[in-house]
Amino acid sequence: MTSKAKFLKDNFEMVITIVVIGAALIFMLSQGVRFTIVTGTIIGIFAILGIGLNLVIGYTGLLSVAHIGFFGVGAYTTAVLTTNPNIEPPKSIDVIPSIGMSWFAALPVSIILTGIVALLAGFVLNRFRDDIFTLTSFGFAVIALGVFRNWLPVTRGPFGIREIAKPSIGIWDFDEPWEYLVIVMFFLVVVLGICWLIVNSSFGRVLTAIREDEQAIQVFGYKATYYKLAVWVISAMIAALAGTLIAGLIEFIEPPSFTLLDSILIVSIVIIGGLASLWGSVLGATVFVLLEEGMRFVPGLPVGIEGQARWAILGILLIVLMLFRPQGLVGRYKL
Amino acid sequence: MTTSEIQAASALETDKISKHFGAVRAVDELSISIPATGMTSIVGPNGSGKSTLVNLLSGTLPLDGGMVIIDGKGLRVVHAFETPDHGLTRTFQEVRLFDQITVWDNIMVVLTSRPWLPALFERAKPENKKRAQEILEKVGMWEKRGALAQNLSYGQRKLLEIGRAMAMEVRVYLFDEPFAGLFPQMLERVKDLMKEMRDQGHTIVFIEHNMDIVRELSDHIFVLDSGALLAEGEVEDVLNRPEVIEAYLGD
Repeated sequence: MTSKAKFLKDNFEMVITIVVIGAALIFMLSQGVRFTIVTGTIIGIFAILGIGLNLVIGYTGLLSVAHIGFFGVGAYTTAVLTTNPNIEPPKSIDVIPSIGMSWFAALPVSIILTGIVALLAGFVLNRFRDDIFTLTSFGFAVIALGVFRNWLPVTRGPFGIREIAKPSIGIWDFDEPWEYLVIVMFFLVVVLGICWLIVNSSFGRVLTAIREDEQAIQVFGYKATYYKLAVWVISAMIAALAGTLIAGLIEFIEPPSFTLLDSILIVSIVIIGGLASLWGSVLGATVFVLLEEGMRFVPGLPVGIEGQARWAILGILLIVLMLFRPQGLVGRYKL
Repeated sequence: MTTSEIQAASALETDKISKHFGAVRAVDELSISIPATGMTSIVGPNGSGKSTLVNLLSGTLPLDGGMVIIDGKGLRVVHAFETPDHGLTRTFQEVRLFDQITVWDNIMVVLTSRPWLPALFERAKPENKKRAQEILEKVGMWEKRGALAQNLSYGQRKLLEIGRAMAMEVRVYLFDEPFAGLFPQMLERVKDLMKEMRDQGHTIVFIEHNMDIVRELSDHIFVLDSGALLAEGEVEDVLNRPEVIEAYLGD
């Protein structure tokens, strides 16, 4: 092996990180500073979602497709609590009045409420493992979408919820795109830090043992059920944070943002980036978001099929990864 | 010896425990009393219920009937996660390590707080790191500490699993075929480890097919056949009984 090839092999993760982040920055900056800021914000939000999801999928080995539901519960809670009370709701439905809470006040409510929902769902899901677990978690995503669509007084169903509050402290509104980017990056660093502490704690080590052999780790005195329930709730609360951030960013949410396709697509963030690697989820989110945002700029692509082209490329990417690098770009665990 | 003396000297007892798989009576109303001192072997033809017995004692399989008596307490339900509380630990017939984590983590993982909340705020403690190092050196795996468990050779995997059991520091060790498939050098190493643990006063129970090893190591022997106790007692005496010879060579 030449020395160059050996260097690449030994430092693959560092090289892939530099390549992905570098390519992303060059592409984003070539589209302008504003594009870079907005896209960077979206990447940050999906990175937060991916990191939380990785705790469950990559570290604990529970392939959950339920997290779009927690993402949605977080987003809807924030939306319901903070939507502008002065605008007229759709006339055809009775809507509970908004209390016009501030974004920062809604954030902890949204996280805690989602934690409670996750705890209740977790009691049921904890009975299952492997593929049956995945199917049951899919059931949760179906139910969540059903609630978003049909609980009209609260979610306003297909009308969606408008004029969601942006974060503000006192008289300072974080309404400039770069200000929002700062907030998202702040939370991204906090989530990375918390999750780093979790996966490097004794708790995190037990999670990986549960992933490898749940029955064996029990014989050594660990109640796997409690560990799984705890990481499940933590992970759902992180998804709720991401949901709150997306609600404040786009100021409008509706059920099509939380479909069953999305429930599986967000799993691809974790799988592309790398299972059981927190940093991997940041890379995964970068690839995932730029595929969506970047497809519009591919020259020669007929207008109207960028959406489909994105799924095709994402699909090909997943297949190639599973063939040649099943742990994902910088992962520590193979499915 | 009176009954009470036997009970006082036993590490673990079973009272008519049963496990059925469909129509197969893997363990059938089995009552045994495992001596607290020395090494005890469990032998018997394939399918005689040896592994099932270990699985029942460690809560890996639920009991269908009877009870396990530990510390004078009769248990009709044995939870796997209570195994260390019962002063027990085990290895598995088909080695069950945590494959996609390192050798080091395979030992460290059993040296931490059990409840999840304290574990969440716990980093590797110096005394536990020291203990893990001692164990890895003892089983000869210290140099391999950074390797993933799945990349070890079969013999190394067996040794690591025994090391993981040693890290538990309990009274009773249940080894399910610890010598199966080992090369002579590894085999001697495992024997030495087990003898050392016995000399420290631990109860060693092991399943084995090789009669030379059984003769060499055991102080007490149980012979199972079709889930029932065929014979028990002092090794040479038991292995020379006609019904035991027949069970092994019968067909």
